[in-house]
Amino acid sequence: MANTDKNSYTLIFAVVMVLVVGALLAFTASSLKPRITENERFEKQQNILYAMGVNENVEGAVNFIPTNKVEAEFSKYIKEQLVIQNGEVKKDSSAYLINLKGELSKDISERKLPLFVGEKERKDYYIIPLYGKGLWDAIWGFVALDSEYVVQGVYFDHKGETPGLGANIKERYFMDDFTGEEIMNGTEYGGITVAKGNNDPLNERKNDGKVDAIAGATITGNGVTAMINSTVKLYIPYLKDIKL
Amino acid sequence: MALLSKKDTGLLLDPLADNNPITIQVLGICSALAITAQLKASIVMAVSVMFVLAVGNVVISLMRNIIPSKIRIIVQLVVVAALVIIVDQVLKAFAYELSKTLSVFVGLIITNCIIMGRFEAFALGNGPYRSFLDGIGNAAGYGLILIIVGFFRELLGSGTLLGFKVLGDPIAKTGLYAIGYENNGFMLLSPMALIVVGIIIWVQRSRNSALIEEN
Repeated sequence: MANTDKNSYTLIFAVVMVLVVGALLAFTASSLKPRITENERFEKQQNILYAMGVNENVEGAVNFIPTNKVEAEFSKYIKEQLVIQNGEVKKDSSAYLINLKGELSKDISERKLPLFVGEKERKDYYIIPLYGKGLWDAIWGFVALDSEYVVQGVYFDHKGETPGLGANIKERYFMDDFTGEEIMNGTEYGGITVAKGNNDPLNERKNDGKVDAIAGATITGNGVTAMINSTVKLYIPYLKDIKL
Repeated sequence: MALLSKKDTGLLLDPLADNNPITIQVLGICSALAITAQLKASIVMAVSVMFVLAVGNVVISLMRNIIPSKIRIIVQLVVVAALVIIVDQVLKAFAYELSKTLSVFVGLIITNCIIMGRFEAFALGNGPYRSFLDGIGNAAGYGLILIIVGFFRELLGSGTLLGFKVLGDPIAKTGLYAIGYENNGFMLLSPMALIVVGIIIWVQRSRNSALIEEN
């Protein structure tokens, strides 16, 4: 056995290890990339449909449209995909692939904001994508409004919120509370606040713009509030014109 | 004939009690605090750590004679990080739903001191088969404590187990809540995990006084 304490051996070992591991990871990542991209695309479609109430929810659990059906369902329910840029509203059939995080960091004149118009049982849904930050990392989601600016459904997701606390923003009991809340406070934009205090645990007051927060997840909840308020606000000036 | 020799059985079973990674070796406390607010998260973490620790132990053990001792910690880190990333990528491609549940744990697994601790203390000096058993045993001991802590935190903090409302509905006031029981929201916060781990250590040492260190 060679002397493993020699500097030259250590150096060679380090170089070989980095090359081998690097090659292995690069190979894995690039060979799996098409499948991963496909999965992410389906997931976006599932999330958008979930927000407008097209899902296979059973009691208490979140269940999306299965991936093998989602593409057909997506083209069935989403009748228009729009992109708002520089005050103009255009149609774009791949608007759902726009990365909102990247767009929000761009200059206003270059920013493309995707918006989805869905139709279910002769009712129109305006689905707005959301992006913001929670306690540890990014949070994002979709909110579906009807033509009266009443929330019809939401979907939230997160990258790394604490399991059991902040991660519960993607649980039914939290997301379902948003349905029926009014996003406009009279004629002013009011947003929705994730409120502490447990003054309305059954969420019976729908016109107060407040939903009950998750215990132990204050910062994630504040992140959800901020995300809804800042992102939806960008769309409000256009929604009046888009509504048919 | 026994399937495992006495020594091998010890490798598997000792970490469950008298040589438990969390309560005796005091490794992996950080993740035990972070993710035990729910029983489900505890179970997922326990299974993930078991996989990574068993496979990582075998890989390190196979390489133990060629790893230069000066950079052995870096080598261990590279092995465990590469392993976790590959598993994460494969899951993303073939089991996307599962990978979403696990993604939060990826960072926690790589930085889990139990993994580095077992590589350093065991796999570097023992053969692959026994390293494998050691990995399974230690991960099981770790997972056991995680599940016990997760059980009490979810039960007392949220009144549920694996998401099922076992104590009744706190909002509709059914079950225990009908007679005035309230969830203890404090159980959901990390300090309570430390207190629960402390209670486990206390119970364990009072039952087996040989575990009490002498000053």
